[in-house]
Amino acid sequence: MHILVVMRLIPDLVEEVGITTDGKGIDREWIDLKLNEFDDHALEEAILLKESGGATVTAVALDGEGVNRLLQSAIARGADHAAKIVHDIPPPIPAAVAAEYLAAAVKIIGCDLVLTGVQTTEDLFGQLAPTLAARLDWPQVSATSGVELGDKGLLVQQEYSGGFAATHAVSMPAVLGIQAASRPPRYVSGTKLREAMSVKIRDIAVSVETAPYGSEIMSLSLPESSGRVEMIDGTAEVVAGRLATILRDRGLVKR
Amino acid sequence: MAGVLVYVESRGGAVQPVTYELLDAARRLATAGLGEVICCILAADAEAIAPQLQGADRIVTMQHASLSPYSAEAHAIALASVIESCPPDLVLIAYDSVGLDLGSCVSVRTGRPIVAYCTALGLGGDALEASSLVYGGKLIARTRTRLPAVALVVPGCFDEEAGKSGGRGEIVPLRPPGALESRRVEFVSAAAPDPNELDLTKFDRIVCVGRGIGGADKIPVAAELAAVLGAEIAGSRPVIDSGWLPKARQVGKSGTKVKPKLYIAAGVSGAPEHLEGMKGAECIIAVNSDPKAPIFDVAHYGTNCDLFELLPALTQQLRKG
Repeated sequence: MHILVVMRLIPDLVEEVGITTDGKGIDREWIDLKLNEFDDHALEEAILLKESGGATVTAVALDGEGVNRLLQSAIARGADHAAKIVHDIPPPIPAAVAAEYLAAAVKIIGCDLVLTGVQTTEDLFGQLAPTLAARLDWPQVSATSGVELGDKGLLVQQEYSGGFAATHAVSMPAVLGIQAASRPPRYVSGTKLREAMSVKIRDIAVSVETAPYGSEIMSLSLPESSGRVEMIDGTAEVVAGRLATILRDRGLVKR
Repeated sequence: MAGVLVYVESRGGAVQPVTYELLDAARRLATAGLGEVICCILAADAEAIAPQLQGADRIVTMQHASLSPYSAEAHAIALASVIESCPPDLVLIAYDSVGLDLGSCVSVRTGRPIVAYCTALGLGGDALEASSLVYGGKLIARTRTRLPAVALVVPGCFDEEAGKSGGRGEIVPLRPPGALESRRVEFVSAAAPDPNELDLTKFDRIVCVGRGIGGADKIPVAAELAAVLGAEIAGSRPVIDSGWLPKARQVGKSGTKVKPKLYIAAGVSGAPEHLEGMKGAECIIAVNSDPKAPIFDVAHYGTNCDLFELLPALTQQLRKG
Protein backbone atom coordinates (compact mmCIF):
# COMPACT_ATOMS: atom_id res chain seq x y z
CA MET A 1 0.00 0.00 0.00
CA HIS A 2 1.30 3.44 -0.92
CA ILE A 3 0.02 6.31 1.24
CA LEU A 4 0.37 9.93 0.16
CA VAL A 5 0.19 12.47 3.00
CA VAL A 6 -0.55 16.04 1.94
CA MET A 7 1.09 18.52 4.30
CA ARG A 8 0.47 22.27 4.50
CA LEU A 9 2.06 25.20 6.28
CA ILE A 10 -0.30 27.82 7.65
CA PRO A 11 0.28 31.27 9.19
CA ASP A 12 1.01 31.15 12.92
CA LEU A 13 -1.03 34.14 14.05
CA VAL A 14 -0.03 34.40 17.69
CA GLU A 15 1.18 37.95 17.23
CA GLU A 16 -0.40 41.05 15.72
CA VAL A 17 -1.87 40.32 12.28
CA GLY A 18 -1.11 42.77 9.47
CA ILE A 19 -3.56 43.19 6.61
CA THR A 20 -2.26 43.91 3.11
CA THR A 21 -2.85 47.38 1.63
CA ASP A 22 -5.68 46.12 -0.60
CA GLY A 23 -7.41 44.88 2.57
CA LYS A 24 -7.92 41.39 1.14
CA GLY A 25 -5.11 39.32 2.63
CA ILE A 26 -2.76 38.99 5.57
CA ASP A 27 0.70 40.45 5.30
CA ARG A 28 2.85 37.33 4.93
CA GLU A 29 6.21 39.03 4.88
CA TRP A 30 6.97 38.74 8.59
CA ILE A 31 4.66 36.02 9.79
CA ASP A 32 5.85 32.63 10.94
CA LEU A 33 4.47 29.52 9.33
CA LYS A 34 3.59 26.33 11.17
CA LEU A 35 2.50 22.84 10.19
CA ASN A 36 -1.29 22.58 9.98
CA GLU A 37 -2.00 20.52 13.12
CA PHE A 38 -4.52 18.26 11.38
CA ASP A 39 -1.86 17.42 8.76
CA ASP A 40 0.41 16.49 11.66
CA HIS A 41 -2.26 13.95 12.70
CA ALA A 42 -2.62 12.78 9.07
CA LEU A 43 1.10 12.02 8.93
CA GLU A 44 0.90 10.18 12.26
CA GLU A 45 -2.04 8.08 11.03
CA ALA A 46 -0.05 7.15 7.91
CA ILE A 47 2.97 6.11 9.98
CA LEU A 48 0.73 4.05 12.29
CA LEU A 49 -0.76 2.27 9.24
CA LYS A 50 2.75 1.64 7.95
CA GLU A 51 3.82 0.18 11.29
CA SER A 52 0.76 -2.02 11.68
CA GLY A 53 0.36 -3.44 8.20
CA GLY A 54 3.26 -2.31 6.08
CA ALA A 55 3.04 0.60 3.68
CA THR A 56 5.16 3.11 1.83
CA VAL A 57 4.51 6.68 2.95
CA THR A 58 5.24 9.68 0.74
CA ALA A 59 4.86 13.17 2.22
CA VAL A 60 3.88 15.71 -0.40
CA ALA A 61 3.38 19.48 -0.36
CA LEU A 62 2.78 22.30 -2.76
CA ASP A 63 6.10 24.16 -2.95
CA GLY A 64 6.57 27.33 -0.93
CA GLU A 65 8.55 28.94 1.87
CA GLY A 66 9.58 26.41 4.51
CA VAL A 67 8.38 23.38 2.54
CA ASN A 68 11.79 21.64 2.35
CA ARG A 69 12.07 21.64 6.13
CA LEU A 70 8.46 20.56 6.49
CA LEU A 71 9.03 17.55 4.27
CA GLN A 72 12.34 16.68 5.94
CA SER A 73 10.58 16.63 9.30
CA ALA A 74 8.05 14.19 7.80
CA ILE A 75 10.93 11.90 6.80
CA ALA A 76 12.31 12.16 10.34
CA ARG A 77 8.88 11.10 11.62
CA GLY A 78 8.88 7.97 9.47
CA ALA A 79 7.82 8.90 5.92
CA ASP A 80 9.81 7.02 3.26
CA HIS A 81 9.82 9.64 0.52
CA ALA A 82 9.12 13.34 0.11
CA ALA A 83 7.95 15.26 -2.94
CA LYS A 84 7.04 18.86 -3.61
CA ILE A 85 4.83 20.08 -6.40
CA VAL A 86 6.11 23.03 -8.43
CA HIS A 87 3.55 25.83 -8.94
CA ASP A 88 3.28 29.62 -9.08
CA ILE A 89 0.02 30.26 -7.18
CA PRO A 90 0.26 32.80 -4.34
CA PRO A 91 -1.07 31.72 -0.91
CA PRO A 92 -3.68 31.04 0.33
CA ILE A 93 -4.35 28.45 -2.36
CA PRO A 94 -8.06 27.55 -2.67
CA ALA A 95 -8.80 23.84 -2.17
CA ALA A 96 -10.14 23.55 -5.72
CA VAL A 97 -6.82 24.81 -7.14
CA ALA A 98 -4.68 22.70 -4.77
CA ALA A 99 -6.78 19.67 -5.74
CA GLU A 100 -5.98 20.18 -9.45
CA TYR A 101 -2.24 20.07 -8.72
CA LEU A 102 -2.56 17.17 -6.29
CA ALA A 103 -4.76 15.13 -8.61
CA ALA A 104 -2.10 15.49 -11.31
CA ALA A 105 0.63 14.55 -8.79
CA VAL A 106 -1.33 11.50 -7.63
CA LYS A 107 -1.34 10.25 -11.22
CA ILE A 108 2.44 10.70 -11.48
CA ILE A 109 3.39 9.27 -8.07
CA GLY A 110 0.64 6.63 -7.88
CA CYS A 111 -0.92 5.74 -4.54
CA ASP A 112 -3.74 3.80 -2.88
CA LEU A 113 -4.63 6.26 -0.17
CA VAL A 114 -4.35 10.02 0.35
CA LEU A 115 -4.42 11.36 3.90
CA THR A 116 -4.57 15.04 4.79
CA GLY A 117 -5.88 17.20 7.62
CA VAL A 118 -9.64 17.72 7.78
CA GLN A 119 -9.25 21.49 7.50
CA THR A 120 -6.91 24.46 7.89
CA THR A 121 -7.58 27.87 9.40
CA GLU A 122 -7.53 29.45 5.93
CA ASP A 123 -9.47 27.00 3.71
CA LEU A 124 -12.30 29.46 3.24
CA PHE A 125 -13.17 28.09 -0.20
CA GLY A 126 -13.67 24.45 0.73
CA GLN A 127 -11.78 21.61 2.34
CA LEU A 128 -9.05 19.72 0.51
CA ALA A 129 -9.93 16.07 1.25
CA PRO A 130 -13.49 16.08 -0.20
CA THR A 131 -12.45 18.41 -3.02
CA LEU A 132 -9.56 16.17 -4.07
CA ALA A 133 -11.68 13.02 -3.72
CA ALA A 134 -14.42 14.47 -5.91
CA ARG A 135 -11.79 15.61 -8.42
CA LEU A 136 -10.28 12.08 -8.54
CA ASP A 137 -13.70 10.41 -8.21
CA TRP A 138 -12.40 8.45 -5.23
CA PRO A 139 -14.41 7.73 -2.05
CA GLN A 140 -13.74 10.00 0.89
CA VAL A 141 -14.43 10.32 4.61
CA SER A 142 -13.57 13.43 6.63
CA ALA A 143 -13.39 14.21 10.37
CA THR A 144 -11.83 10.82 11.12
CA SER A 145 -10.44 9.78 14.49
CA GLY A 146 -9.15 6.32 13.68
CA VAL A 147 -8.14 4.30 10.60
CA GLU A 148 -7.24 0.64 10.36
CA LEU A 149 -6.71 -1.79 7.54
CA GLY A 150 -9.44 -4.45 7.37
CA ASP A 151 -9.94 -7.50 5.15
CA LYS A 152 -11.82 -5.63 2.44
CA GLY A 153 -10.32 -2.17 2.74
CA LEU A 154 -10.16 0.48 5.40
CA LEU A 155 -12.20 0.75 8.58
CA VAL A 156 -12.55 4.43 9.32
CA GLN A 157 -14.01 6.03 12.42
CA GLN A 158 -15.82 9.33 11.82
CA GLU A 159 -16.63 11.70 14.68
CA TYR A 160 -19.76 13.80 15.07
CA SER A 161 -20.62 16.38 17.71
CA GLY A 162 -21.86 15.33 21.14
CA GLY A 163 -19.63 12.26 21.37
CA PHE A 164 -21.36 10.34 18.55
CA ALA A 165 -19.25 8.42 16.06
CA ALA A 166 -19.61 5.88 13.26
CA THR A 167 -17.35 3.35 11.59
CA HIS A 168 -17.37 3.10 7.80
CA ALA A 169 -15.76 0.54 5.48
CA VAL A 170 -13.99 2.40 2.68
CA SER A 171 -12.64 0.75 -0.44
CA MET A 172 -9.37 2.00 -1.91
CA PRO A 173 -8.17 4.09 -3.59
CA ALA A 174 -9.58 6.69 -1.22
CA VAL A 175 -9.00 10.08 0.39
CA LEU A 176 -9.39 10.70 4.14
CA GLY A 177 -9.61 14.04 5.97
CA ILE A 178 -8.00 13.32 9.33
CA GLN A 179 -9.20 15.11 12.46
CA ALA A 180 -7.22 13.11 15.00
CA ALA A 181 -4.84 10.20 14.51
CA SER A 182 -5.49 6.94 16.38
CA ARG A 183 -2.65 8.01 18.70
CA PRO A 184 -1.23 11.50 19.36
CA PRO A 185 1.61 12.55 17.00
CA ARG A 186 4.98 11.27 18.15
CA TYR A 187 7.97 13.26 19.29
CA VAL A 188 10.93 13.39 16.92
CA SER A 189 14.47 13.65 18.20
CA GLY A 190 16.87 16.32 16.99
CA THR A 191 19.21 13.58 15.75
CA LYS A 192 16.55 12.18 13.43
CA LEU A 193 15.73 15.68 12.19
CA ARG A 194 19.38 16.33 11.41
CA GLU A 195 19.66 13.00 9.58
CA ALA A 196 16.63 13.90 7.48
CA MET A 197 18.20 17.19 6.35
CA SER A 198 20.20 15.29 3.71
CA VAL A 199 17.19 13.47 2.23
CA LYS A 200 16.50 14.30 -1.38
CA ILE A 201 13.12 15.85 -2.05
CA ARG A 202 11.61 14.98 -5.40
CA ASP A 203 10.33 17.87 -7.52
CA ILE A 204 7.05 17.12 -9.28
CA ALA A 205 6.19 19.27 -12.27
CA VAL A 206 2.61 19.05 -13.45
CA SER A 207 0.67 20.78 -16.15
CA VAL A 208 -2.47 22.30 -14.69
CA GLU A 209 -4.87 24.91 -16.01
CA THR A 210 -6.91 26.69 -13.38
CA ALA A 211 -9.75 29.14 -13.95
CA PRO A 212 -10.55 31.97 -11.49
CA TYR A 213 -12.58 30.62 -8.57
CA GLY A 214 -16.22 31.72 -8.33
CA SER A 215 -15.75 33.29 -4.91
CA GLU A 216 -13.34 35.98 -3.79
CA ILE A 217 -12.35 37.77 -0.61
CA MET A 218 -13.53 41.40 -0.66
CA SER A 219 -12.01 42.34 2.71
CA LEU A 220 -10.39 40.96 5.85
CA SER A 221 -10.93 42.62 9.23
CA LEU A 222 -10.72 42.00 12.96
CA PRO A 223 -13.97 40.68 14.44
CA GLU A 224 -16.03 43.07 16.52
CA SER A 225 -15.75 42.27 20.19
CA SER A 226 -18.93 41.75 22.17
CA GLY A 227 -17.58 44.68 24.20
CA ARG A 228 -18.67 43.02 27.42
CA VAL A 229 -15.28 41.77 28.54
CA GLU A 230 -13.77 43.50 31.55
CA MET A 231 -10.01 43.13 31.25
CA ILE A 232 -8.17 42.86 34.56
CA ASP A 233 -4.57 44.07 34.54
CA GLY A 234 -1.83 43.79 37.14
CA THR A 235 0.39 41.17 38.70
CA ALA A 236 -0.87 37.61 39.08
CA GLU A 237 -1.59 38.27 42.78
CA VAL A 238 -3.60 41.42 42.02
CA VAL A 239 -5.61 39.76 39.24
CA ALA A 240 -6.16 36.63 41.37
CA GLY A 241 -7.45 38.81 44.22
CA ARG A 242 -9.92 40.58 41.93
CA LEU A 243 -11.10 37.30 40.35
CA ALA A 244 -11.54 35.70 43.78
CA THR A 245 -13.75 38.64 44.81
CA ILE A 246 -15.81 38.33 41.61
CA LEU A 247 -16.25 34.57 42.14
CA ARG A 248 -17.33 35.05 45.77
CA ASP A 249 -19.69 37.94 44.94
CA ARG A 250 -21.36 35.84 42.24
CA GLY A 251 -21.66 32.81 44.51
CA LEU A 252 -19.38 30.74 42.29
CA VAL A 253 -17.06 29.33 44.94
CA LYS A 254 -17.53 25.97 46.62
CA ARG A 255 -19.68 26.24 49.69
CA MET B 1 -35.32 32.78 -8.70
CA ALA B 2 -35.09 29.13 -7.85
CA GLY B 3 -34.68 29.24 -4.10
CA VAL B 4 -32.43 28.31 -1.21
CA LEU B 5 -31.99 24.64 -0.42
CA VAL B 6 -31.25 23.53 3.16
CA TYR B 7 -29.59 20.14 3.70
CA VAL B 8 -31.44 18.55 6.64
CA GLU B 9 -29.38 16.83 9.33
CA SER B 10 -31.25 14.17 11.24
CA ARG B 11 -30.19 11.53 13.73
CA GLY B 12 -32.44 8.61 14.62
CA GLY B 13 -35.36 10.27 12.86
CA ALA B 14 -34.99 13.58 14.75
CA VAL B 15 -34.11 16.77 12.90
CA GLN B 16 -31.02 18.36 14.45
CA PRO B 17 -31.37 21.92 15.88
CA VAL B 18 -28.82 23.38 13.44
CA THR B 19 -31.17 22.57 10.54
CA TYR B 20 -33.74 25.03 11.93
CA GLU B 21 -31.04 27.70 12.14
CA LEU B 22 -30.27 27.09 8.48
CA LEU B 23 -33.99 27.36 7.65
CA ASP B 24 -34.04 30.80 9.32
CA ALA B 25 -31.01 31.86 7.23
CA ALA B 26 -32.69 30.48 4.10
CA ARG B 27 -35.94 32.34 4.82
CA ARG B 28 -34.08 35.65 5.18
CA LEU B 29 -32.32 35.10 1.82
CA ALA B 30 -35.55 33.93 0.19
CA THR B 31 -37.28 37.11 1.33
CA ALA B 32 -34.32 39.17 0.11
CA GLY B 33 -34.86 37.85 -3.41
CA LEU B 34 -33.92 34.18 -3.72
CA GLY B 35 -37.53 32.96 -3.97
CA GLU B 36 -38.54 29.98 -1.90
CA VAL B 37 -37.13 27.89 0.93
CA ILE B 38 -36.56 24.26 -0.01
CA CYS B 39 -35.25 21.61 2.32
CA CYS B 40 -33.90 18.25 1.41
CA ILE B 41 -34.22 15.13 3.57
CA LEU B 42 -32.00 12.23 2.58
CA ALA B 43 -32.85 9.23 4.75
CA ALA B 44 -34.29 5.73 4.70
CA ASP B 45 -37.43 7.21 6.33
CA ALA B 46 -37.31 10.70 4.79
CA GLU B 47 -41.08 11.10 4.45
CA ALA B 48 -41.66 10.35 8.15
CA ILE B 49 -39.22 13.13 9.06
CA ALA B 50 -40.88 15.73 6.80
CA PRO B 51 -43.62 16.89 9.29
CA GLN B 52 -40.85 18.26 11.55
CA LEU B 53 -39.97 20.85 8.90
CA GLN B 54 -42.68 23.50 8.89
CA GLY B 55 -40.21 26.27 8.01
CA ALA B 56 -39.77 25.16 4.39
CA ASP B 57 -41.98 25.88 1.37
CA ARG B 58 -41.00 22.66 -0.36
CA ILE B 59 -39.64 19.54 1.32
CA VAL B 60 -37.77 17.34 -1.11
CA THR B 61 -37.49 13.79 0.20
CA MET B 62 -35.28 11.02 -1.09
CA GLN B 63 -35.59 7.58 0.50
CA HIS B 64 -33.00 4.85 0.17
CA ALA B 65 -31.59 2.30 2.62
CA SER B 66 -28.05 3.58 2.06
CA LEU B 67 -28.96 7.08 3.31
CA SER B 68 -29.45 6.05 6.97
CA PRO B 69 -27.29 6.23 8.96
CA TYR B 70 -25.32 9.03 7.31
CA SER B 71 -22.46 8.13 5.01
CA ALA B 72 -20.46 10.69 3.07
CA GLU B 73 -20.57 9.04 -0.32
CA ALA B 74 -24.28 8.15 -0.38
CA HIS B 75 -25.29 11.61 0.81
CA ALA B 76 -22.99 13.33 -1.69
CA ILE B 77 -24.50 11.29 -4.55
CA ALA B 78 -28.06 11.94 -3.36
CA LEU B 79 -27.61 15.64 -2.61
CA ALA B 80 -25.93 16.29 -5.98
CA SER B 81 -28.88 14.54 -7.65
CA VAL B 82 -31.41 16.69 -5.73
CA ILE B 83 -29.49 19.88 -6.62
CA GLU B 84 -29.47 18.95 -10.30
CA SER B 85 -33.21 18.34 -10.32
CA CYS B 86 -34.23 21.54 -8.40
CA PRO B 87 -31.80 23.42 -9.07
CA PRO B 88 -31.49 26.01 -6.26
CA ASP B 89 -29.47 29.24 -6.35
CA LEU B 90 -27.88 28.46 -3.02
CA VAL B 91 -27.33 25.31 -0.93
CA LEU B 92 -26.87 25.71 2.84
CA ILE B 93 -25.10 23.01 4.86
CA ALA B 94 -24.11 23.27 8.54
CA TYR B 95 -20.43 23.68 9.24
CA ASP B 96 -19.95 20.56 11.39
CA SER B 97 -18.46 17.12 10.73
CA VAL B 98 -21.12 16.48 8.09
CA GLY B 99 -20.57 19.84 6.42
CA LEU B 100 -16.80 19.29 6.35
CA ASP B 101 -17.40 15.88 4.82
CA LEU B 102 -20.11 16.72 2.33
CA GLY B 103 -19.93 20.40 1.36
CA SER B 104 -16.83 20.49 -0.83
CA CYS B 105 -17.72 17.17 -2.41
CA VAL B 106 -21.12 18.49 -3.51
CA SER B 107 -19.50 21.75 -4.63
CA VAL B 108 -17.21 19.90 -7.05
CA ARG B 109 -19.88 17.42 -8.18
CA THR B 110 -22.31 20.23 -9.08
CA GLY B 111 -19.72 22.72 -10.34
CA ARG B 112 -20.71 25.37 -7.78
CA PRO B 113 -18.24 27.48 -5.78
CA ILE B 114 -18.25 26.98 -2.01
CA VAL B 115 -17.67 29.41 0.83
CA ALA B 116 -17.09 27.98 4.32
CA TYR B 117 -17.22 29.15 7.96
CA CYS B 118 -20.12 31.59 7.23
CA THR B 119 -21.54 33.54 10.16
CA ALA B 120 -23.66 36.01 8.14
CA LEU B 121 -25.22 35.80 4.68
CA GLY B 122 -26.73 38.42 2.37
CA LEU B 123 -27.29 39.21 -1.28
CA GLY B 124 -25.47 41.81 -3.38
CA GLY B 125 -26.89 41.92 -6.87
CA ASP B 126 -26.57 38.45 -8.34
CA ALA B 127 -24.01 37.23 -5.79
CA LEU B 128 -23.89 35.86 -2.27
CA GLU B 129 -22.16 38.16 0.21
CA ALA B 130 -20.96 36.28 3.27
CA SER B 131 -18.92 36.92 6.40
CA SER B 132 -16.71 34.05 7.53
CA LEU B 133 -14.44 33.46 10.51
CA VAL B 134 -10.93 32.53 9.41
CA TYR B 135 -7.53 32.05 11.06
CA GLY B 136 -9.08 30.46 14.14
CA GLY B 137 -11.59 33.30 14.54
CA LYS B 138 -8.92 36.01 14.53
CA LEU B 139 -10.17 37.60 11.32
CA ILE B 140 -13.43 38.01 9.46
CA ALA B 141 -13.36 37.52 5.69
CA ARG B 142 -16.09 39.19 3.66
CA THR B 143 -16.57 37.33 0.42
CA ARG B 144 -18.55 37.64 -2.77
CA THR B 145 -19.57 34.39 -4.44
CA ARG B 146 -21.34 33.99 -7.75
CA LEU B 147 -24.59 32.07 -7.70
CA PRO B 148 -25.44 29.25 -7.84
CA ALA B 149 -23.23 28.32 -4.88
CA VAL B 150 -22.83 26.26 -1.71
CA ALA B 151 -22.33 27.83 1.74
CA LEU B 152 -21.25 26.15 4.99
CA VAL B 153 -22.87 27.95 7.94
CA VAL B 154 -21.43 28.03 11.47
CA PRO B 155 -23.97 26.71 14.04
CA GLY B 156 -25.30 29.27 16.51
CA CYS B 157 -25.48 32.21 14.07
CA PHE B 158 -29.19 32.10 13.16
CA ASP B 159 -32.45 31.76 15.07
CA GLU B 160 -33.48 28.15 15.66
CA GLU B 161 -37.04 29.03 16.76
CA ALA B 162 -37.67 31.25 13.71
CA GLY B 163 -36.75 28.35 11.44
CA LYS B 164 -39.45 26.08 12.83
CA SER B 165 -42.40 27.69 11.07
CA GLY B 166 -43.44 29.95 8.21
CA GLY B 167 -43.34 27.55 5.26
CA ARG B 168 -45.94 25.88 3.06
CA GLY B 169 -44.56 22.42 3.72
CA GLU B 170 -45.33 20.90 0.32
CA ILE B 171 -43.69 17.45 0.11
CA VAL B 172 -41.96 16.46 -3.14
CA PRO B 173 -40.58 12.89 -3.20
CA LEU B 174 -37.67 12.30 -5.58
CA ARG B 175 -36.44 8.95 -6.90
CA PRO B 176 -32.99 7.95 -5.65
CA PRO B 177 -30.33 7.86 -8.39
CA GLY B 178 -29.04 4.48 -9.56
CA ALA B 179 -25.51 5.44 -8.46
CA LEU B 180 -26.57 4.75 -4.86
CA GLU B 181 -26.44 1.03 -5.67
CA SER B 182 -22.68 1.04 -6.26
CA ARG B 183 -21.06 2.56 -3.21
CA ARG B 184 -17.49 2.49 -2.04
CA VAL B 185 -18.20 3.71 1.53
CA GLU B 186 -20.42 1.48 3.68
CA PHE B 187 -21.71 2.22 7.14
CA VAL B 188 -20.56 -0.49 9.58
CA SER B 189 -21.52 0.59 13.09
CA ALA B 190 -22.43 3.58 15.25
CA ALA B 191 -21.19 4.62 18.66
CA ALA B 192 -23.11 6.81 21.08
CA PRO B 193 -21.60 8.55 24.11
CA ASP B 194 -20.99 6.09 26.96
CA PRO B 195 -23.54 6.90 29.69
CA ASN B 196 -21.00 5.79 32.29
CA GLU B 197 -18.50 8.36 31.11
CA LEU B 198 -18.26 11.84 32.54
CA ASP B 199 -21.06 14.13 31.27
CA LEU B 200 -19.73 17.70 31.24
CA THR B 201 -23.21 19.15 30.70
CA LYS B 202 -24.11 18.15 34.26
CA PHE B 203 -21.57 20.46 35.93
CA ASP B 204 -22.19 24.12 36.71
CA ARG B 205 -18.50 25.01 37.04
CA ILE B 206 -15.84 24.07 34.48
CA VAL B 207 -12.14 24.90 34.27
CA CYS B 208 -11.08 24.33 30.66
CA VAL B 209 -7.47 24.20 29.54
CA GLY B 210 -6.29 24.91 26.00
CA ARG B 211 -3.10 24.42 24.06
CA GLY B 212 -1.48 27.10 26.26
CA ILE B 213 -1.26 24.61 29.12
CA GLY B 214 1.64 23.09 27.19
CA GLY B 215 1.49 19.43 28.20
CA ALA B 216 -0.18 16.71 30.24
CA ASP B 217 2.31 17.28 33.07
CA LYS B 218 0.97 20.83 33.53
CA ILE B 219 -2.71 19.85 33.87
CA PRO B 220 -2.47 19.68 37.72
CA VAL B 221 -2.04 23.49 37.80
CA ALA B 222 -5.60 23.80 36.47
CA ALA B 223 -6.90 20.71 38.27
CA GLU B 224 -5.97 22.21 41.64
CA LEU B 225 -7.99 25.34 40.86
CA ALA B 226 -10.88 23.15 39.72
CA ALA B 227 -10.74 21.19 42.98
CA VAL B 228 -10.88 24.36 45.10
CA LEU B 229 -13.84 25.64 43.04
CA GLY B 230 -15.69 22.32 43.02
CA ALA B 231 -15.38 22.42 39.22
CA GLU B 232 -14.67 19.76 36.61
CA ILE B 233 -11.59 19.94 34.42
CA ALA B 234 -12.09 20.04 30.65
CA GLY B 235 -9.98 20.64 27.54
CA SER B 236 -10.18 22.17 24.09
CA ARG B 237 -9.69 19.98 21.01
CA PRO B 238 -5.87 20.28 20.72
CA VAL B 239 -5.56 19.15 24.36
CA ILE B 240 -7.70 16.08 23.70
CA ASP B 241 -6.06 15.26 20.33
CA SER B 242 -2.66 15.44 22.03
CA GLY B 243 -3.85 12.88 24.57
CA TRP B 244 -3.45 15.23 27.57
CA LEU B 245 -7.08 14.68 28.70
CA PRO B 246 -9.66 12.00 27.73
CA LYS B 247 -12.20 12.60 24.97
CA ALA B 248 -15.15 12.81 27.41
CA ARG B 249 -13.64 16.04 28.74
CA GLN B 250 -13.62 17.84 25.36
CA VAL B 251 -15.62 21.07 25.01
CA GLY B 252 -16.52 22.36 21.53
CA LYS B 253 -17.92 21.42 18.15
CA SER B 254 -16.52 17.89 18.11
CA GLY B 255 -16.92 17.48 21.88
CA THR B 256 -19.61 18.54 24.32
CA LYS B 257 -21.60 21.78 24.29
CA VAL B 258 -21.84 23.20 27.81
CA LYS B 259 -23.69 26.05 29.52
CA PRO B 260 -22.31 26.10 33.07
CA LYS B 261 -22.66 28.94 35.57
CA LEU B 262 -18.87 29.40 35.54
CA TYR B 263 -16.41 28.67 32.74
CA ILE B 264 -12.74 29.44 33.23
CA ALA B 265 -10.78 29.15 29.98
CA ALA B 266 -7.04 28.90 30.62
CA GLY B 267 -4.73 29.04 27.61
CA VAL B 268 -7.67 28.61 25.23
CA SER B 269 -7.39 30.82 22.12
CA GLY B 270 -11.11 30.59 21.32
CA ALA B 271 -11.34 29.09 17.83
CA PRO B 272 -14.92 29.28 16.47
CA GLU B 273 -15.29 25.53 17.04
CA HIS B 274 -14.55 25.99 20.74
CA LEU B 275 -16.73 29.08 21.20
CA GLU B 276 -19.66 27.18 19.69
CA GLY B 277 -19.45 24.76 22.60
CA MET B 278 -19.26 27.23 25.54
CA LYS B 279 -20.34 30.76 24.64
CA GLY B 280 -23.66 30.28 26.45
CA ALA B 281 -21.94 29.97 29.86
CA GLU B 282 -23.24 32.47 32.42
CA CYS B 283 -19.84 33.73 33.57
CA ILE B 284 -16.77 33.27 31.38
CA ILE B 285 -13.30 34.10 32.68
CA ALA B 286 -10.54 33.96 30.06
CA VAL B 287 -6.83 33.73 30.83
CA ASN B 288 -4.65 34.13 27.74
CA SER B 289 -1.37 35.95 27.17
CA ASP B 290 -2.47 36.96 23.64
CA PRO B 291 -4.61 40.14 23.94
CA LYS B 292 -6.10 39.43 20.48
CA ALA B 293 -7.25 35.89 21.34
CA PRO B 294 -10.88 35.46 20.16
CA ILE B 295 -11.82 33.97 23.55
CA PHE B 296 -11.99 37.56 24.85
CA ASP B 297 -14.83 38.27 22.40
CA VAL B 298 -17.15 36.06 24.45
CA ALA B 299 -15.60 36.41 27.93
CA HIS B 300 -17.07 38.47 30.76
CA TYR B 301 -13.72 38.86 32.52
CA GLY B 302 -10.31 38.53 30.96
CA THR B 303 -6.64 38.78 31.80
CA ASN B 304 -3.39 38.51 29.87
CA CYS B 305 -1.53 37.17 32.94
CA ASP B 306 0.65 34.08 32.52
CA LEU B 307 -1.65 31.21 33.43
CA PHE B 308 1.14 29.42 35.31
CA GLU B 309 1.37 32.40 37.66
CA LEU B 310 -2.32 33.26 37.81
CA LEU B 311 -3.89 29.85 38.36
CA PRO B 312 -1.81 28.96 41.46
CA ALA B 313 -2.35 32.51 42.83
CA LEU B 314 -6.11 32.22 42.35
CA THR B 315 -6.12 28.75 43.91
CA GLN B 316 -4.26 30.20 46.89
CA GLN B 317 -6.69 33.13 47.23
CA LEU B 318 -9.71 30.83 47.16
CA ARG B 319 -8.18 28.46 49.71
CA LYS B 320 -7.92 31.39 52.10
CA GLY B 321 -11.71 31.50 52.00
